[in-house]
Amino acid sequence: MKTPNWLPRAATLSTTVFGTTAIGVAAFIVLAAVVFAAVTWQANRFFVSDVLETLSAELKTLVAASEASTEAELVSIVTKLSNAQSKRLYVLVAKDGRSLAGQLKAVPDELRNSPEGGLFEYQPPNATSSEKRTAAGLPVTLSSGARLVVARDIEDQRALIRWFQLLALVAFVTIVVGGLALGVIASRTVLARVDEMSDATRAIMAGDFTGRLPVEGNGDELDRLSQRVNEMLGRIELLMHGLKEVSDNIAHDLKTPLNRLRNRAETALRSARTQDELAAGLGETIEAADEIIKTFNALLLIARLEAGAIEETKAPVDLPALLSDAAELYEPVAEEAGLTLIQDEFANATISANRHLIGQAVINLIDNAIKYSRKTAPTNGTSTVAGLINVSLNITPSGLAEITIADNGPGISSQDRARATERFVRLDKSRTSPGTGLGLSLVAAVARMHDGELRLEDNGPGLKAILALPLV
Amino acid sequence: MRMLIVEDDSETATFLIKALKESGHTAEWSADGVTGLETAREGAFDVLLIDRMLPEMDGLTLIQTLRKEGNQTPVLVLSALGEVDDRVKGLKAGGDDYLTKPYAYAELLARVEALSRRMIPGEQSTRLVVGDLVLDRLSHAVSRAGEPIILQPREYRLLEYLMKHAGQVVTRTMLLENVWDYHFDPQTNVIDVHISRLRSKIDKAFDKPLLHTVRGAGYVVREDA
Repeated sequence: MKTPNWLPRAATLSTTVFGTTAIGVAAFIVLAAVVFAAVTWQANRFFVSDVLETLSAELKTLVAASEASTEAELVSIVTKLSNAQSKRLYVLVAKDGRSLAGQLKAVPDELRNSPEGGLFEYQPPNATSSEKRTAAGLPVTLSSGARLVVARDIEDQRALIRWFQLLALVAFVTIVVGGLALGVIASRTVLARVDEMSDATRAIMAGDFTGRLPVEGNGDELDRLSQRVNEMLGRIELLMHGLKEVSDNIAHDLKTPLNRLRNRAETALRSARTQDELAAGLGETIEAADEIIKTFNALLLIARLEAGAIEETKAPVDLPALLSDAAELYEPVAEEAGLTLIQDEFANATISANRHLIGQAVINLIDNAIKYSRKTAPTNGTSTVAGLINVSLNITPSGLAEITIADNGPGISSQDRARATERFVRLDKSRTSPGTGLGLSLVAAVARMHDGELRLEDNGPGLKAILALPLV
Repeated sequence: MRMLIVEDDSETATFLIKALKESGHTAEWSADGVTGLETAREGAFDVLLIDRMLPEMDGLTLIQTLRKEGNQTPVLVLSALGEVDDRVKGLKAGGDDYLTKPYAYAELLARVEALSRRMIPGEQSTRLVVGDLVLDRLSHAVSRAGEPIILQPREYRLLEYLMKHAGQVVTRTMLLENVWDYHFDPQTNVIDVHISRLRSKIDKAFDKPLLHTVRGAGYVVREDA
C-alpha cells in the first residue's frame, strides 16, 4: 500500500524541524486554552455581577414601594414594568405560590434557594418554539410573604461571548493546522537537502574520495555545514593520497632492500664454497637486514610524528647546549672527511620541544651536510672556503629560533629543494651514500610537529638548511 | 650468569636461550607475565629480560610489581615499541635498560652483561684501573704508566664509561646513549671516530693496547688482548 502523496512521509515527521514545530504548536495550544478559558470565565462573571448589581438597586426600589403600597398596587406596578418585548423580566408570586404578575410564570428553580441571585433559563413569553434563553435574576421575599424576582435577559451578551469563542477557536485551528503545515514544509525542505547530503556521503564512503556535498550557495546553515564537511573531505582525500603515496614508497623502498637481502642470502647459499664465504654471505645478509630495520624505524617515527603522538613529551630545551653537543659529536667526523665544522654564534634560545627529536633533526642535517660535502671537498686545500660546515643559531624578529646548517658542497638545485623534504626522496639516485633517504623528511616532520618548518636555501655554493622553531 | 626470559614468542625465546648458553650463561623461560612474575620471585636471577607486551600481565606491570616487592634484580626491557616516550615509560616502571626489537644479539648480550655488573660492588669506586691506565673520578685525572693524559671532557666520559665496564663489550649504541644521551642511530658511525681519537691518546704511545674493537659488536677496555 502506498501512502498518498499529499500525506507527509514518516521521515518528514521525524525531523528535528518538524519536532520543534510540533512542540511549539502544542505549547501554544495549552497556553491559548488557558488564556481562553480565563477570559471566558472572567467575561461571564463580569457580565453577571454587573447585571446583578443593577438588579439589586432596582429591587431595593421595588421593595421600598411594596412597603408603602398594597398587594394590588404592587401587582399593577410589576405588571406595568413587565413588557413582553423587554429584556427586563419580573415575576411576583403570592405566598401560596400563585403567579400574580410578570412575564415569568414562577420563581425559577435555579433562584429558589439563592437569595444572592444567579443565572437561570427561561422560555420567553412570546417564544414560538421551545427556545430557552438565559437570564440573571435576583429574588426577594417581601414582608407580606410574597416573592418578587427581578431579572435581566443576558442571552445577547452570552451570544457575544460565544461568538468570541468561535472566533478564537477558528484562530486556534488555523494556527495549529498552519503551524504543523509549515513544520512539514520546512522539514521537507531540510530533509530534501539532508537526503542529498547523505547520498553524497554514501557515495564518498563507497570509495569516491573526490565526491563533495552539494552547496546551494545561499550561505545558510546547511551550506556552511556542507562547506566545512567538504573542507574535511578535502583533507581526508589529501591524507588518503598521502597514504597511498606512502604505501607506494614503502613498497619501493622496503622491497628493494628486501630483495637485496634475499639476493645476498641466495648468493651465499648457491655459490659459497667454504665456511668463510658462507659466513661472509651471512654477514652481508645481516647488514642488509639492519638497513631495512633502520628504514623501518625512520618510517615509523615519521608516521608517529605526523600523527602528533609525542605532544606530551615536550619540555624546555636549551638550544645552544643541544647544538654544541651535536656539533661536538660530529666535529671529528667532519675532520676525518676533510671538512671543518664551525660552531658559529649561538643566540640564547630555549624552546618547548622533544629534546631527542630536535637532537636527531640537527644531527640529520649535520650528517647530510658532511655526507654531501665530502665528495666535493678539495683534497689539496687550495680554496679557503671549501669544505666548511657552519652551524649557527639566530633569533628572528618574528620570534623564531633558526638553526642554520650551511655547507658549501654541491647543494640542491632549486627545483629539487621542495621535493627533498618529501618522504623517501633521495636526490642522489645512485645510492652510493649510506642512509635511508628519510633524513630530510624526518627533519621536516620534526619541524612540523613543533610548529616550525624546514627551509632549504641556496648557500651559493652549497646548501643552507634552516630549521625554524617557535620560541616558548 | 643466570637469566630469566619472559617472552611470549617461543622462537625468540629458544633463540635467546641457545645464544646465551653459547655465551656461557644459563637462561630460564616464562611465556606469560604471571608465570614470569612467579618464576622471578622464586629464583635468584642475575638479570631479567622482560618483553613489554605479554599475555596475562604486561611487562611493565610485572616490573612494577617486582619493584614494589623489593626485588632489585636488573631488568632489560625488550620491546617492539621503540620511541622516546615508550623508553621513558619502560625506565619509569623500574626497568634498568631498554632494547628495541628487532635487535642484534651482540647488542642484547652487551647490555645484559653491563646490567649484571651493577650487582658488583665497586661500580661506584672513585678510581678505575685497567692495567697501567688509571682514571680518578674525583679529580678527573687520567694517567697511563704514571704519565698524565689530557682528555677533552667528552673523551673523559667516554673512557670513564668504558673503564667502568672494563672487560665487557660495550656497543656503539650503548656509548651514544650513555655518553651522549642520544637515543637513536646516527647514520654515520660517529662513535668510531671518537674511539679512534681516544685510542690515539691512551694507546698510541704504548706497546700494549687496552682499547679493543670487537668486530660486529663494539668496543672493550681490558688488559689482555
